[in-house]
Amino acid sequence: MNASGLLTVLVDGIAYGMLLFLFSIGLSITLGLMRFINLAHGAFAMGGGYVLVVLVGMAGLPFLLALPVAFVAAGLLGAALELTVIRHVYRKSELQQVLFSIGLAFAAGAIANILFGPQQQPIPLPGWATHMVTVLGIAISGYRLFVMGCGLVALGLLIALFNHTLFGARVRAAVDKRVTAEGIGINVGRLFAAAFSLGAAFAGLGGALAVGFLGLDPSFPLKYLVIVLMVVAIGGPGSISGSFVAALFLGVADALFKYWLPEVGGFVIYAILVAVMIVLPKGLAGKPA
Amino acid sequence: MTASAPIRLALPVLIAIAMACYLAFPDYLGLMASILIVAAFALSYDLLQGYAGIVSLGHAVFFGIGAYTVAVLGSHGISEPLVTLAAALVVSGAVAGLLARIVVVGNDFTRLLVTLGVDFLFHEAANKMRWLTGGADGLSSFEVGPIAGLFAFDFRGQTAFFYALGVLVLIYLAVWRITTSPFGLALRGIRDNARRMHAVGAPVARHMAVTYVLSGAIAGMAGALLAQTSNFASLDMLGFERSAEAVMMTAIGGTGSIPGVVLGATLFTWLKDALSALSPKYWHLGLGIVLMASVFVLPEGLAGLPARLGRLLRRPR
Repeated sequence: MNASGLLTVLVDGIAYGMLLFLFSIGLSITLGLMRFINLAHGAFAMGGGYVLVVLVGMAGLPFLLALPVAFVAAGLLGAALELTVIRHVYRKSELQQVLFSIGLAFAAGAIANILFGPQQQPIPLPGWATHMVTVLGIAISGYRLFVMGCGLVALGLLIALFNHTLFGARVRAAVDKRVTAEGIGINVGRLFAAAFSLGAAFAGLGGALAVGFLGLDPSFPLKYLVIVLMVVAIGGPGSISGSFVAALFLGVADALFKYWLPEVGGFVIYAILVAVMIVLPKGLAGKPA
Repeated sequence: MTASAPIRLALPVLIAIAMACYLAFPDYLGLMASILIVAAFALSYDLLQGYAGIVSLGHAVFFGIGAYTVAVLGSHGISEPLVTLAAALVVSGAVAGLLARIVVVGNDFTRLLVTLGVDFLFHEAANKMRWLTGGADGLSSFEVGPIAGLFAFDFRGQTAFFYALGVLVLIYLAVWRITTSPFGLALRGIRDNARRMHAVGAPVARHMAVTYVLSGAIAGMAGALLAQTSNFASLDMLGFERSAEAVMMTAIGGTGSIPGVVLGATLFTWLKDALSALSPKYWHLGLGIVLMASVFVLPEGLAGLPARLGRLLRRPR
């Protein structure tokens, strides 16, 4: 194997990791803050993906214009679901949460199947995305670079939001002591709704970006469920930087092993999950789930 | 427990209903046998989740192992159903014993992930080990002999029906025995408050591990039943979707209630059959809606329905 081949795989893995980060951040927030096991989180990513397919593939809108629309649409969808149904599930037992969210994931996949059919959704990528750029001697497609850029920007924005704004301070307060936070006048219900829809929005952005990278079909919410749960579990629920590190690690590990050992490539990621859960049941960030 | 009287009544009622269905719908014996098998699988999961409080998203691993045990033995000339059923029990129980340690550690969330990860690992392994499992095509050309050398499986599904009913009754009695024993009481204590059980000196981790092994062994028997009656073993028998189905059937029926779970499995399989006949996408949509609604409408499952109705009727007075 030559070095440039390895580096190409590495870059692929990093870009994949960035997508995983975008998918998982919302789940990390819901799990860390609200203790809500949302197995349907991938449905928001799928929603963002289909918004992009409709806007770019069917209506012919420019790709860069459709991305923010997918972000906002997934966020609105998240807000609508949170305000009407999901907020009533927080108080239920873990099993009930699992049931509700699996049900939601199944229903979302079925609706996508009924509306768009079971096939993969192709979209025309803009010229700059298919253009190869040479960075440090490695040829990278513009799309991969763009995905990586989006992931880094999202990381910066989220860290700034959670660590340096009043919103972030309130969220952190509510996580640590919900009752006290309510006692000093923080409207925790509204805060949760905002955080939930923010997470859904980032998942939608990830899903939209994933269309040109991983493809999109109705099995999307379940297909990436495990790896997204892994990112959250390994990163430590509620930790943004933890999720980022875990997402990059898993993305690169997955790409490398599928390249090196295609016979066992599929195992490695699950074996890592089981191993990490045994050694570090609380994840890298060490906060209890 | 006041629940013991209905439980005593439930088994004769279950057998009576099964026999009535047998007489009334002789053309649907195949569907009925699959309902009985799925009910056995759901019972094994209920033992784990309803009594010990271990939420697992990977219980189909044992179901699949049971099915593959039958298929592999059958293609090597060991085809007596009672022998392969016992073998399935032993093999899946042994695998559960190996996995128990890693499933018992941690909290509900990590357990959810570990069981999910284990399920995907086994699915992937079975997919890759084509020489043993037939890969994505599954195994179908194995032999299933007559039961005890007397009752051959027939095309009408009569033998399969009575065989599945017999094994289900056995499993029902076993689960009943386990859950009403002192051990079963300790399990309920662990489910309700593991920390307190720890404090009173109960070996929490060991109890959970033992339950995991028992439950895995029973799930393996259910898988063996399916392989024997359908003469087929395939990857979907140990996939995530089947694991999720066990969780759903148990929840719809009512966790911790043996008759409820059998009822839940029946309703679930019947609904799946009816909706899938329309289209798989409607099945998934219907399933999703039923699940979401059940969390709000029937949080205790079908088993909680009488109490809920009772409360509703008593309220006006």
